[in-house]
Amino acid sequence: MSARGKAGTTREDKRARTLVTPEGLTLPITLAPRASRAGALIIDVMIIVFGLVVFRLLMSWIAQGLLAGTMLDPDELSGGALEFLNIVYVLIVFATWYGYFLVQELGPRGATLGKRMVGIRIAARGQSRLTPEAVIARNLLRDIEIFYPLITLLILTVAAQTGEPVGALGWVLAGWFLLFLLFPFFNRDALRAGDVVAGTWVVERPRTKLASVLSVQGAVAAEGASEVTGARYQFGDAELSIYGERELQTLERMLRDAPDEALHAVHATICRKIGWDPGAGDERAFLEAFYGQLRAKLEADLRFGKRKADKFS
Amino acid sequence: MKAPIISSWFGRGQVEAPPDIESATLRSDRFRLEREGDWKRLEAILVRMEKGGLRRIADDDLIALPALYRTAASSLSVARETSLDAATLAYLEGLVQRAWFQVYGPRQSFLRWLRSFIFGGWSRAVRELWLDICIALFVMVAGTVVGWLLVAQDEAWYYRLYPGRIGDPRQPGASREELLQVIGHDEGAAGLAGFAAQLFSNNSGVCILAFALGFAFGIPSLMLLVHNTAMLGALLWLYDGQGLIVDLAGWLSVHGTTELFGILLSGAAGLHIGRAMAFPGKLPVLGSAAAAGRRSAVVMVGVVIMMIVAALLEAFPRQLVTDTGSRFVIGGSMLVFWLAYFILYRPAPRAGDAA
Repeated sequence: MSARGKAGTTREDKRARTLVTPEGLTLPITLAPRASRAGALIIDVMIIVFGLVVFRLLMSWIAQGLLAGTMLDPDELSGGALEFLNIVYVLIVFATWYGYFLVQELGPRGATLGKRMVGIRIAARGQSRLTPEAVIARNLLRDIEIFYPLITLLILTVAAQTGEPVGALGWVLAGWFLLFLLFPFFNRDALRAGDVVAGTWVVERPRTKLASVLSVQGAVAAEGASEVTGARYQFGDAELSIYGERELQTLERMLRDAPDEALHAVHATICRKIGWDPGAGDERAFLEAFYGQLRAKLEADLRFGKRKADKFS
Repeated sequence: MKAPIISSWFGRGQVEAPPDIESATLRSDRFRLEREGDWKRLEAILVRMEKGGLRRIADDDLIALPALYRTAASSLSVARETSLDAATLAYLEGLVQRAWFQVYGPRQSFLRWLRSFIFGGWSRAVRELWLDICIALFVMVAGTVVGWLLVAQDEAWYYRLYPGRIGDPRQPGASREELLQVIGHDEGAAGLAGFAAQLFSNNSGVCILAFALGFAFGIPSLMLLVHNTAMLGALLWLYDGQGLIVDLAGWLSVHGTTELFGILLSGAAGLHIGRAMAFPGKLPVLGSAAAAGRRSAVVMVGVVIMMIVAALLEAFPRQLVTDTGSRFVIGGSMLVFWLAYFILYRPAPRAGDAA
């Protein structure tokens, strides 16, 4: 991994962390970017609010039914029934607000619907397990970080517009809100206050599919022989010792996904580097053959404990 | 944010036959082809676990899971030393990480946790916070005394602590009858249930605030406690002026023993986090805060339950029972119940319970 260090810290590397499993295996994990966390929260809040609005409409529809049952005379209305609806509503709002996050984050995916959509999940920092206490703590803190100051600010704004004196309270609240909102920007792991208290962090959910095996197809499998021209590409030791692992893996990515035009450029570069005369029309076979032989050589060296990280080493 | 992989949404379930192992020219690819079946089986189990928990998984799959996880983990460490196939390495890293989340993931569902919480976990967590509870109790008593003294010296303080609501007779100079009427009773049970639900929502909000403010080294939690109890002190002073303090105490005690206890616990929980951050001891600050946060979160779930009880008490018995003696009996027995539950109830932690 020294090659990565040399290449300078890109945005991707800044978010890379390692996790040591109880078996002693180090696993790379990537912290979730702040933008996708904000996006996930917005999606979640929208789902909750939308659900509650629909529920409220349903309740008022039921209440209208009650009203109709009394010949539209509000005095006849049984207080008990309306009161019951009201209690159910208050309790459901409370249960939804906290339950939505708690139940989903404790589930096997460790993510709410919004987090799942953007492909992130929560995890315990370090090597510990995620516990219900941690999930509860991080979700209780969310309220004071964002929602209390936001709602109070809204109330204050309305109060100020109706002419009531508000004073410095608005500024204090705005400062508070900003403090917690910007909290993730002032620590390395992008923790929000709730994460600090709960000992959690938010990581990207890996979803890599197993790619195809390269050495059973094309010129890699045919030991350098091209299907198009029938020519056989054989590279000598000197030609294969120019590149290292980093270049090999770049070439692998190109062979897997790049369009043919991009392969032309790579083909030309490699030919120039190893002193061959670049032909045309058989680029893919050439690159596959080069890839197969370079990988065979580097892997053979690897078995003897020699690593060549990139072309500079 | 990664772009969603569209092909993973469709084309599910079609598994192409793996290529012949002998056809691979590279040794590392043969290594991969030999083990690929196990990896794919592990992935299929993981997908089902992530979707719907453990119920949908066949028993032999579940038994095989730890072995498959270890196989994948060992494949990864071998592949790191022998293979330069970046795609396979990335796949294995992702697979082992997903399996790690499932194998070492949360062991309990929310409902199971709730059961172990009520039968032992809650009272244990409260006892762990004893020092913070003592401090918070001291602060609350001090706040009450301060509130009383302030108002006794200067009546203007009363209006500052208790911003007068229009139509509220609880003001200095109010007559004995007016004050008695407030703590009397309502017309009947109508409207009380809705009142209880509102009270609960409001009170638990205050408690969660007291807890969460502990994040700023606990000081705002204490200030919130002082403010709330100073209001109580002012109210006590007002009723004392008319010789009604016993009646007021009875009126308050019905729900107050539960509610003030809950506020005490949430203040203590906030203070606990603040203290852990200010004086982390040997642990790093983040570790200390996280440990304290988990302990206090347990207490806070309990506080929410106490607030439900308090709201029910406040809405029904307090308004329906008008006799001061009976009110003291209800409040007193609630207090005895909580104290006994927190101090005397010490079941042995069962194996497997996350403490």
